Amino acid sequence: MPITEKEVAHIAKLAHLEITEEELKSFTPQMAQIVSYVEQLNSLDTSDVEPALGGLTPEGEATDSARDDLEHESLGQASALDQAPDPNSGHFRVPKVL
Amino acid sequence: MTNIESVKNKISSGASIRSITERTLESATKLNDKLNTFLQIDNEGALKRADELDSSNTGEEQTLRGVSIAIKDNICVKGLQASCGSKILGKYHPPYNATAIEKLKNAGGIFIGKTNCDEFAMGSSNENSAFGIVRNPWDTERVPGGSSGGSAVAVASGVVPVSLGSETGGSVRQPASLCGIAGLKPTYGRISRYGLVAFASSLDQISIFGSNSRDIAAVLKVIAGRDPRDATTADVPVPDYISEMNGDIKGMKIGVPRELFGNGLDEEVKGSVERAIENYRDLGADIVDVELPHSKYCIAVYYIIATAEASSNLARFDGVRYGYRTPQAKDLRETYRVTRDEGFGAEVKRRIMLGTYVLSSGYYDAYYLKAQKVRALIKRDFERAFTICDAIITPTSPTTAFKIGDKVDDPLAMYLSDIYTCTANLAGIPGISVPCGLSSEGLPIGLQLVGKNWSENTLLKLGDAYEREFPLNEKPKVFVD
Repeated sequence: MPITEKEVAHIAKLAHLEITEEELKSFTPQMAQIVSYVEQLNSLDTSDVEPALGGLTPEGEATDSARDDLEHESLGQASALDQAPDPNSGHFRVPKVL
Repeated sequence: MTNIESVKNKISSGASIRSITERTLESATKLNDKLNTFLQIDNEGALKRADELDSSNTGEEQTLRGVSIAIKDNICVKGLQASCGSKILGKYHPPYNATAIEKLKNAGGIFIGKTNCDEFAMGSSNENSAFGIVRNPWDTERVPGGSSGGSAVAVASGVVPVSLGSETGGSVRQPASLCGIAGLKPTYGRISRYGLVAFASSLDQISIFGSNSRDIAAVLKVIAGRDPRDATTADVPVPDYISEMNGDIKGMKIGVPRELFGNGLDEEVKGSVERAIENYRDLGADIVDVELPHSKYCIAVYYIIATAEASSNLARFDGVRYGYRTPQAKDLRETYRVTRDEGFGAEVKRRIMLGTYVLSSGYYDAYYLKAQKVRALIKRDFERAFTICDAIITPTSPTTAFKIGDKVDDPLAMYLSDIYTCTANLAGIPGISVPCGLSSEGLPIGLQLVGKNWSENTLLKLGDAYEREFPLNEKPKVFVD
């Protein structure tokens, strides 16, 4: 089922992307083509296959990744705010929410 | 003598690390107008580090002492930029080093600069960078491959012996093949992802370029290993790769999946890789047939999983804490939406939207879950095949380097460049590309070997054995003096 411009506009909203009218017109057929291509997976019977989630090898899964709950140095406020577009009073300042 | 060995030889014969580094920086700068390899060349920092190394005697073995290394701009080096090829980060400077960078630094490596790449590692031609294309040194009207095009060219044009890139679907092996050099993607969890800007977390791996397998092995030995800061790294010992690379591959079994040598594969690439298989036979390897029936679905699987994960990972670029923020917005939501639309390029937006679509309510089972099931089938195919062989050989790329602009208007055609490489990323297994010849147009062709988990030593040994007997001696048109 080909993706419509209405659906693409909705997706853009979900993804917090303010796409232009021009982008909507050019992205829609491209996305439709890609979605149509990936739908070939429907031809495969996977009814008794466990999904391969996460990418870990068996050795990766077996590796204990917990650490001891010990204090250590963190990034620090100065460093964290150093690249901010609008740092203020030790915070990230943003335009009003409402 | 490899390029790393040659650097060490110069140093032990009395050359200062500073003088070597100066020459490297000069070459990098000189070739950059033509190739656009580097987004940042760090003259000051590199020379400072060279001087430090010249005047220090650590007493400890620094296996890469004085070796210049180029780093893809999506890997964090403190003090240098990390743009990820995107306007949304631009001159962002990370406040920390990636683990791989710390390790290379401790081993005596010198970071001479950050290399150009497709935006957020999304691309197969380095045409998606917000800071201009990278050109292939073999023919500057052609692409170097991507997304790690800059790092490939830094090695291929002779500026540095080794460089770091990253892979999600083949972004080091494919440009290595198009640029006539070697490139290795390790097993998932072999190299820490701490400090690699995330694109698709179940696929991403820092990967290595070199002119040959021995130099890649030298770098892998340094950066591989468990890292408490990346919970997906595995506690698996790191072998002494180089000591196993003795050129003797008699009796090793190489699998050939004949069904993958058909549709869409350029005739000359096919011929070249088939000759390479015979060359391996001459070197004493056993050639066996294997089947990988689900590999043909890898692009479909990849473009569901990778885009889904990307849509989540790229949500952090919102104009709040770092990078670009639009000056136009009146409220917070508008800030997010407009910053992201202005800051991201078309391919990134396309992939974020595809990912959002396949994860959205009502579609998750049909696409994302389905793709993860087919991913399991692809993994299973490899597990079966590796019971009868040590490595599997295919071409790395279905074509040689294509002309700039050829595929930019056809995203799907561009995606199909990864048809041979992305299976290894999906299965988590390691893969290497090694040059095996030139086309009639003088463009490099690469053979690819993939192996089971943790078999980087096998792949490097096989790559090295090929390079010893059948080296690519030609140099690209654009190369250091």
